[in-house]
Amino acid sequence: MEPHPITGMYNGKFGIWLFLASEVMLFGALFSTYILLRVGAPEGTWPQHGADILNVPLAAFNTVVLIGSSVTMVMAWAYLKMKRIGMGQLFLAATFLLAGTFLVVKYFEYTEKFHHYAVFLNARMAVEGYEGQVTTISGHLAADSPALTRASNTGAYQAPEFVILEPDPPKGGGDHPPVVRIDGAQIKRLSDFGPRHSTFLATYFTMTGLHGLHIVGGMIVIGYFLATGSRFASHNLDKYANRIECTGLYWHFVDLVWIFLFPVLYLL
Amino acid sequence: MSDHAHSHGDHDLPFWKKYVFSVDHKVIGVQYALTALVFLFFGFSLMMIMRWQLAYPGRPIPLIGAMLSGTLAADGVLVGDGYNILGAMHGTIMVFLGIVPLAVGGFGNFVLPLQIGAPDMAFPRLNMASYWVFFVGGVIMIGSMFTKTSGAGSGWTMYPPLAVTAAYGETIWLVGMVFLITSSLLGSVNFIVTTIQLRARGLSFFRLPFFVWAQLVTAFLLLLAFPPLEAAAALQLMDRVVGTSFFMPEGLVLSTVHLSHLSGGGNPVLWQHLFWFLAHPEVYVLILPGMGIIAEVIANNTRKPLWGYKSLVYSVIFLGFMSFIVWAHHMFMTGMGTTLSTFFQATTMIISVPSVIILTCLIISLYGAAIRFTVPMLFALAFLPMFAIGGLTGLPLGLTASDIQLHDTYYVIGHFHYVVAPGTIFAMFAGIYYWFPKATGRKMSDWLGKLHFWPSFIFINAVFMPMFFQGMAGVLRRQYDQTEQLAGAASHGLTLMSSWGAWLLALAQIPFIVNFFWSIWKGQRVSDNPWHATTLEWAAPSPPPHGNFPAVPVVYSGPYEYSVPGVSEDFCPQNVALEA
Repeated sequence: MEPHPITGMYNGKFGIWLFLASEVMLFGALFSTYILLRVGAPEGTWPQHGADILNVPLAAFNTVVLIGSSVTMVMAWAYLKMKRIGMGQLFLAATFLLAGTFLVVKYFEYTEKFHHYAVFLNARMAVEGYEGQVTTISGHLAADSPALTRASNTGAYQAPEFVILEPDPPKGGGDHPPVVRIDGAQIKRLSDFGPRHSTFLATYFTMTGLHGLHIVGGMIVIGYFLATGSRFASHNLDKYANRIECTGLYWHFVDLVWIFLFPVLYLL
Repeated sequence: MSDHAHSHGDHDLPFWKKYVFSVDHKVIGVQYALTALVFLFFGFSLMMIMRWQLAYPGRPIPLIGAMLSGTLAADGVLVGDGYNILGAMHGTIMVFLGIVPLAVGGFGNFVLPLQIGAPDMAFPRLNMASYWVFFVGGVIMIGSMFTKTSGAGSGWTMYPPLAVTAAYGETIWLVGMVFLITSSLLGSVNFIVTTIQLRARGLSFFRLPFFVWAQLVTAFLLLLAFPPLEAAAALQLMDRVVGTSFFMPEGLVLSTVHLSHLSGGGNPVLWQHLFWFLAHPEVYVLILPGMGIIAEVIANNTRKPLWGYKSLVYSVIFLGFMSFIVWAHHMFMTGMGTTLSTFFQATTMIISVPSVIILTCLIISLYGAAIRFTVPMLFALAFLPMFAIGGLTGLPLGLTASDIQLHDTYYVIGHFHYVVAPGTIFAMFAGIYYWFPKATGRKMSDWLGKLHFWPSFIFINAVFMPMFFQGMAGVLRRQYDQTEQLAGAASHGLTLMSSWGAWLLALAQIPFIVNFFWSIWKGQRVSDNPWHATTLEWAAPSPPPHGNFPAVPVVYSGPYEYSVPGVSEDFCPQNVALEA
């Protein structure tokens, strides 16, 4: 397809750029949500640093993975422009695999959160191993803790008779405090570290979740080109290279969103 | 994989590929238009039911009262929840399923490629996808009314915490919304690329018909303003389904029960910001295509170029830009603070300037004209004062001081309906009568058209004019029983006037429906250019074949070369070179 004299782009490229503009607005709205909620949050409800709750090393690894996938994406397009279909498809496959790696790491990150619990107490309590008195204790459930049930209408955990918790180490560092038993009467709310936990985690899951869905979408498109690409490329290599270029633009955008997400959620 | 979407002959396609899953912009345009018209009449019907309850509170609805489900009515009398559901759905359906698909999906798709001399849209298959995603979204949205736990009823604005805690088909409404927004985004990309990249040779930007400019700005508004609502819809879905607290503040108590299972920390005003960030540009999406149509009809029926073409173009671009920074004038009563309110008041006042410029140019275009009072022109002429009333009544709402009195009263309802109902919808009618001959090769009946126009014009004013007075007197909106508010008999008379106006307005649409369908098969056959118009779509056959133009058109002049001195006919089409 010929580039247009005024815009210098063929139709598909122009279209993808416009679509990306709308995506900027979408993620922008979510970043604005994050800002508005954080600025308005009552004292103590948002973590001081994302690292208090989130797994920074895992996410840093994922950042490298995603940037790598952007590199392989460009290589794929470059090889196709150089008419080397085999190498092009190979780097496309590498991109696909790196994207998959990202999602697998994310899966582990997410599941870790759902097995981690926070107990919000009715009143301040002194707990061995923590300084002063606390209103929340988080940690993992001990093996002899009773099974948790969810309320059918809200889906939230119902307050159990009691909870036996292996608490997390205190914020400044140190050993795991000893196992503690908390009576149902002392519990205001029990939650896992999923989106219900707090607006911070709600924002975290929504933003990374939507980003993850965009990765999945990209993988579907890349997967489709991996499957049908050789045939298409032998038919009309120019057009195929353009399709990969557009996919690459989308892919770079998805990478860029993560470059913003990682510092904002994990580092700040 | 084929290069062109239509490399095979049009006559080879099976019925379902030619008329159902078509990639031809004209077929898609007609699909959008017909679907939208059905949704429009359905949304109108919901309002007619509501108006019975308003006029005769507590009395069973005649004819259909017994048929209404338990959530809507008890023994044929509309209940409060039922009124709210109908109200929320009326707003949603009219805005998202009616006007935008008709104005943008219908008229935009059908006319735009023809007016720029293109064989189709830039992305025909994406166009087809846009329509079907819209259709599915529409079905889901309407489906939300018929769920077991009853439909969405928190206003078309769906404010939390009510919308989050409401046990209605709200969740389904939100899912439908996501489909509709997706359809809109795909469509807007198509429109922008098509308009910029597919123009015929010689068709520079300042030779574009104003209709094309209006659709271009509209497409940018849809592209950039919708995503925040998509984000907001996702967030509200998270609040409803997953139990997050994006919009739920600390310590919320619902019917004496403290919602202690929620984390709290959310902000209901956040929803309002996200919602209105879209919904304000959305109202410009509602009016701009209409203005585009009116401009075309006026130029054609005054036999003169539009007055102030450049002003029109610059104004519409400026309007589009400004529309992104006025949204919180819907939120003056949320306690945002005077600094923020003053900012939005200022931008709102500024945005009225390009609107007024556009209207003024259209009005001055009438000066010295030999007006042809065709049916499209009747609707176009009516549009001008109606839009003026709608626009002017927006000013007291945009000023924070007067908004204190008028917010959430019937005055607001009167204001926005004047812009959309005798405004946009009249423009839609004008467009249908105007372009019907291009789509079908036949004209609609003139006398049925006039029988449609005059009663519609009278009754639509009867419906909405009283609302200004009720609003100024303090009658609040979204109240299913006005009895306590309307302490005096006079105000109840105004309610009766609105209700009877609405029912008579419905009757006045019958000539239109009859005319529309009858003319498709029995209308008077006309030439390719029965209105003697100058823009490119009239150079194509009626109806245009697949690919639109037998020969690729070349453009030699501006869009409104009417009454050119020295030319024997009183118009010169854009693709015909003027004699030296």
